[in-house]
Amino acid sequence: MDITRLTIHELTELLREGATTSIEITESVFKKIEAVEERVNAYITLTKDEAFKMAEKADKDIREGKAGALSGIPVAVKDNMCMKGVKTTCGSHILENFIPPYDATVVRKLKEAGAVITGKTNLDEFAMGSSTETSYFGVTRNPWDLERVPGGSSGGSAAAVASDECIAALGSDTGGSIRQPAAHCGVVGMKPTYGRISRYGLVAFASSLDQIGPITKDVEDCAIMMNGIAGYDANESTSVPEKVSDYRAFVSRDIEGWTVGIPKEYFIEGIDPEVLSSVNNAIKTMEALGAECREISLPHTEYCVAIYYIIAPSEASSNLARYDGVRYGFRQKGEEDLLDMYKTTRSSGFGAEVKRRIMIGTYALSSGYYDAYYKKASQVRMLLRNDFDEAFRTCDIILTPTTPTPAFTIGEKMDDPLQMYLSDIFTLSTNLAGVPGIVVPCGYTEGGLPIAVQFMASHFEEGKLIQAASAFEKNAGFARRRPEL
Amino acid sequence: MDYEPVIGLEVHAQLLTDTKIFCGCSTKFGEEPNSNTCPICIGLPGVLPVLNRKVVEYAMRMAMATHCRINERNTFARKNYFYPDLPKGYQISQYDHPLAEMGYVDVEINGGKKRIGITRIHMEEDAGKLIHDEEQPLSYVDLNRAGVPLIEIVSEPDMRSPEEGAAYLRRLHEILVYLEICDGNMEEGSFRCDANVSLRPKGREKFGTRAELKNMNSFRNVQRALEYEIVRQRGVLEKGGVVVQETRLWDDYQGITHSMRGKEEAHDYRYFPDPDLVDLSISKAWIEEIATTIPELPMEKRKRFVGEYGIPPYDAGVLTTSRALADFYEKVAELCGNPKIASNWVMGDFLAYLNENKLEVSESPVKPEALADMINLIDNGTISGKIAKEVFEAMWKSGKHPQDIIEKKGLKQMADAGELEKVVDDVLTANPKQIKQYKAGKEQLFGYFVGQTMKATEGKANPQIVNDILKKKLSE
Ligand SMILES: [Zn+2]
Repeated sequence: MDITRLTIHELTELLREGATTSIEITESVFKKIEAVEERVNAYITLTKDEAFKMAEKADKDIREGKAGALSGIPVAVKDNMCMKGVKTTCGSHILENFIPPYDATVVRKLKEAGAVITGKTNLDEFAMGSSTETSYFGVTRNPWDLERVPGGSSGGSAAAVASDECIAALGSDTGGSIRQPAAHCGVVGMKPTYGRISRYGLVAFASSLDQIGPITKDVEDCAIMMNGIAGYDANESTSVPEKVSDYRAFVSRDIEGWTVGIPKEYFIEGIDPEVLSSVNNAIKTMEALGAECREISLPHTEYCVAIYYIIAPSEASSNLARYDGVRYGFRQKGEEDLLDMYKTTRSSGFGAEVKRRIMIGTYALSSGYYDAYYKKASQVRMLLRNDFDEAFRTCDIILTPTTPTPAFTIGEKMDDPLQMYLSDIFTLSTNLAGVPGIVVPCGYTEGGLPIAVQFMASHFEEGKLIQAASAFEKNAGFARRRPEL
Repeated sequence: MDYEPVIGLEVHAQLLTDTKIFCGCSTKFGEEPNSNTCPICIGLPGVLPVLNRKVVEYAMRMAMATHCRINERNTFARKNYFYPDLPKGYQISQYDHPLAEMGYVDVEINGGKKRIGITRIHMEEDAGKLIHDEEQPLSYVDLNRAGVPLIEIVSEPDMRSPEEGAAYLRRLHEILVYLEICDGNMEEGSFRCDANVSLRPKGREKFGTRAELKNMNSFRNVQRALEYEIVRQRGVLEKGGVVVQETRLWDDYQGITHSMRGKEEAHDYRYFPDPDLVDLSISKAWIEEIATTIPELPMEKRKRFVGEYGIPPYDAGVLTTSRALADFYEKVAELCGNPKIASNWVMGDFLAYLNENKLEVSESPVKPEALADMINLIDNGTISGKIAKEVFEAMWKSGKHPQDIIEKKGLKQMADAGELEKVVDDVLTANPKQIKQYKAGKEQLFGYFVGQTMKATEGKANPQIVNDILKKKLSE
């Protein structure tokens, strides 16, 4: 048996029974990494030494009956979350050698829950992208088809879970960066409510949109990971002191009698026909489970891309100002004066996509343009949020496609940023509205590429998402498929 | 043409909180460079700010003391610019919804009163400090100050002369210090001032083009810089030139301002609401709670001292320069029941000794109770005013009670007429020549006899009784 193919809940059971040890699981995972990583390139940094220490400790804790929710489970962390003493690069040249002196709150929580951290996964530079192609450390390949992208920006985490190079992973999602790669890699990904999981230690891309979440092999694992990392954090002002449910308790409940909203604005021309038919089948599955699927409208959907590509770059232009070569990270040598140091450091330290977004954001915030761009975008964002509030008055959840197409080929959209931006068209809205979303596999193309359906719920209703996604997963028949590598 | 200056001032005051505005680091001045820092205030990737509640409360005190309207909704904004002392590449400040607006302070100028409007007061974080190597082309960054809380107090362009500017600054300074929210130290940068100055033809309403003056680190320099700048702008205008809108630096050594050559003006700070901080809402209850912590302010205190204690306005001014001194004085005045003498002693010997020894009021070895007792001993004739000076010195040095000193040193006043008569007789016997001259009409010699008598008693004689005896004896 290849134990790397198992889920958190299955491995936890084996660990509890004494049928395996964390050391054994960790060894298997690192063997798998050795076998496939050259082809997939999911990781930027492996933390093998630390991992075995954590595994040893987990085994001891399990023996002594002190096991945490994730004890002994190998988990990968996207390389934009700080881990004390381990390089945190954000996929950027400018942070190539940056070693944080502190743990992000989520990393601390993983450690406290007994997880074994295997390493830091690849991402689009500063999480800006939808294909993991903009990483300074090379592209990550989709385990289902190595010529294709895994999606992004959490492409490394999604590919690592799909190729069993870890059991579960953390990603971050600013406009779809967990859900879109999870969809392309045939795994489960959740973006929780804004404020549900601490951002402290997550290197900021767009602060009002960023949210950390799990990427897992199935919905139950997603619930287990959420139990481990969700909750209020006094280190973050935007953290919400809302009660955290036991998400695992939602796993085997049915959804009989639920109302599922199907927003017509998400079924646009240009959706790949295979994606469309899989999502239509998902609607049928939900109906078969006793839910009522009803067409609804989210009238401001058409503005999502425009709002997002003003707000996210604006915040990014300010968030990335600290990478100036003064205190840490990369500095271009040979500067003539201060201004020259800033210019040469930032122009050679950042990649093209990051620079493009810094320029867009700087422009949008400039005096004379602020009102027309940033301010207007913020106002329309409120309207979009109202759309969701309105919809959730009558719907338990909303169902949409996750991406307009399955995973595209490497290089296909690199010269066409607009096409690239449109690959997030169905995932941006939840970040703008702050509501949670989850994606679950709902089919495969003829060529064998995964397709996913997305469920959204009202603020802090992650439990409902787990409930719906798990009911769907059990009945749709696409769970547990793995690529052959 | 007759020109009128128009002056507005922007004051940055460092708040005396123990910890920084968005992290738990100490705000202590003068520590080893970069020792009061943490991932948050040095702007490491991934860190987030959490607002220090004390900062808001201190800022609210200033807002209330200057009659501002406190906004219920406060937001924080990012002011974006690059400089090596600014770790995040932006300063967290307030822009659209500041803490407080529309206040004023009254200042006394040339015996009259003038009201200066306050446009706004907002909270923000301080930047770090650059230290330049003198031997090689290298600069170091010290981030101890980064994240230290500041309030910026922006005045209306209501001042019309450098004197008014200085008076306004002094007024803000004393209020801040009275509120115990700022130590007011200008040299260490806890109280900083920038000035906007323009000229307009007298009688015209429209403002002229202004220059912004920076780098003035004392009240005197603010006044000198304003004076210089007014003369400079008048010169430009009188020659038919135009004043350029620019930032000018005050050069203390040369006594001039010089242009930063428009560098600063190119700044577009791209303010936008900081997404890492939620709106701060200030309730009525919170405002009421803070209102109870506001002490009597110097101007009101001065007025009360004049009315209640009958001391001259000048004395009241000196005694209220600090809250500690005013409290000390009031205690002495109340305990001895003689506010006028108390004022003389506190303003005189007490302040002189404090200054000479560079001590704070609280560090004085002479406590108000002891000083009040000493004044009582003068009042009841136990010691003379002259001896009291000696007693005070001994009290300062030993910290002992005046009664003990007087007894130990035998400084008690001689008030026994019989005893004094004997001394006077001895003095007169020893000075026959002077008696003759006195009797011949040289009356100013009376003082000489008093002096000789005092000398013979080592100053302990009661001067009134000595006077009486001498008058009687010399007219015999
Ligand atoms: Zn700090």
